Amino acid sequence: MTSMTAPKTAPPTEERVTPGRTRSTLARRLIPYGYLSPTVLLIVVLMVVPIVMVISYSFQDNVIVQENPVFAGFANYTKVLTDPDFLAALENTAIFISVSTVAHLVLGLAFAMMLNTQLLGGVAKAVFRIVYILPWLFTIAVIAVIWRLLLDPSGVVNYVLHALGLIQEGVNWLGDPGKALWAVTFVNIWSGYPFFMISLLAGLQGIPNDLYEAAAMDGSNWFQRFMHVTLPQLRPVIVSMGVLDLIWTSQQFALIWMTTGGGPLHATEMLSTYTYKQAFSEYEFATASAAAVIVLLLTMILAFFYVRQQRER
Amino acid sequence: MATTIKTRRTLAKAGVITGLVIGGLFAGLPVLWLLSTSFKSNGEVFQNPPKLITNSFSFDAYWEILGNGTQLRYFLNSYIVAFAVTILTLLVAVLAGFAFSRFTFPFQKTINAVIVSVQAVPPITLVIPYFGLVVGLGLYNTYPGLILTHMVFTLPYAIIMITAYLNTLPRELDESVKVDGGTGWTALWRILVPISVPGLIAVGVYTFMISWNEYLFALTLTRTDDMRTVPIGIQLLMGQHSYEWNQMMAMSILGSIPVLLLFLLFQRRFIGGLTAGAVKA
Repeated sequence: MTSMTAPKTAPPTEERVTPGRTRSTLARRLIPYGYLSPTVLLIVVLMVVPIVMVISYSFQDNVIVQENPVFAGFANYTKVLTDPDFLAALENTAIFISVSTVAHLVLGLAFAMMLNTQLLGGVAKAVFRIVYILPWLFTIAVIAVIWRLLLDPSGVVNYVLHALGLIQEGVNWLGDPGKALWAVTFVNIWSGYPFFMISLLAGLQGIPNDLYEAAAMDGSNWFQRFMHVTLPQLRPVIVSMGVLDLIWTSQQFALIWMTTGGGPLHATEMLSTYTYKQAFSEYEFATASAAAVIVLLLTMILAFFYVRQQRER
Repeated sequence: MATTIKTRRTLAKAGVITGLVIGGLFAGLPVLWLLSTSFKSNGEVFQNPPKLITNSFSFDAYWEILGNGTQLRYFLNSYIVAFAVTILTLLVAVLAGFAFSRFTFPFQKTINAVIVSVQAVPPITLVIPYFGLVVGLGLYNTYPGLILTHMVFTLPYAIIMITAYLNTLPRELDESVKVDGGTGWTALWRILVPISVPGLIAVGVYTFMISWNEYLFALTLTRTDDMRTVPIGIQLLMGQHSYEWNQMMAMSILGSIPVLLLFLLFQRRFIGGLTAGAVKA
């Protein structure tokens, strides 16, 4: 999805620089900037200015809703970092993103390997592939609705678990503070593994067959081939997808907001829902901005690892 | 000897098929239940034992949604916003892709790095200043406010993919236009863009999907029913009525149809484009 390398540039077009034509040369040099101007304008308006704004809000008080902003120094940051709700959100987010990412990887790899099998015909594989991608094709609002229906205390998940004798009575998966975080993590795992799977499937198809043949020659079994051929070959894809998934999952707002709203009792509060509530429920835009800047810094740390890993390749 | 190999192969095949079916149930059953519930009457949604198809199987929930002006307006809004975002994104990204692909210029790498890094900026960080900005510019609760902000998600990806696509086209194509006295501008629109249509479609489909599915900005930057989009509409159904589950499911299905159709139509190209980006990354 992301290309971290600069687009390859073709050699410069032949420029016939003749004396007395310097003006047209200058004009010619400006041409690429002309093509880029809409993009640059949009990036400035949509990213540079907003980030400057949010940083400046975070050092002030009375922003946006009140008319008299005053400088507040690090007061908003102190307030956020000592807020038990924020610390709970930080912990929940860490659990949510790490468990989700590991599960996305495990499921994505398992499904990709099954879809890559030589044992099945093309049509069967194509049908399975569409079914496996299904969860990824629904918008988060729909996923939230589906799972609120399925995980309802009298919903079908509880019915099946009860029929299997695993539970005695209907469990309120999204409403029980002890279970809600695991429930939303499960839903996120369900909705997010296909993207991993698609990338790993492409990675698997790119592994040269002679590597497996050589390994088979040496008398290795399935598991040894997996450990010594498949995993090392997929490592670059796994690492870059893993970091990207951590970043994306940490930005997940809609799923939490529409299933639990961060509750019950902040049990599923994430950095995103905490920040949103500060801004749009409490109208504490300055506090929210401080939280938003902290989220940005945490993301930049993850992005830093991503870029470094890309450079190493 | 030969038989053992054959038996092992059969066993392996049985194992893989079992695994695929279990995985398929995990992936597909929730979607099947969504579909099934949309055909039930609301009273039967939680009936015990659950049934896939009930006695009162009907399309009533769909007619309720399709006969409701407010819900239809959500769909209209989503189409307007997503189409506008797609067209504007493609237009801006084609120009930028052309600059990156066909010119060398100072700050090229820096500008490219900034465009790439936009993708990592958390939406929750942006939504607060966007709120201030959009209100300040008088764009709160308008289409342009949503269209503009959605482009922060769609533009970087589109530029990266279109640049990569244009890089695969030989430069002799542009030169042939220049020999005839044309400029880079004419080469771009007369030659490169028409050839790039397959690539532009893939990028356009992805752009449309991102905009159609966007939730956070639509939630914060619009206020009234005549500006709300489908994801917000689905959420509003959860609180508004006392849980008309069958209608929520019908609305979910209707809201997913554009993306599902686009995906099925362009599946091959689409997955190819996605993985090309992710694997090479």
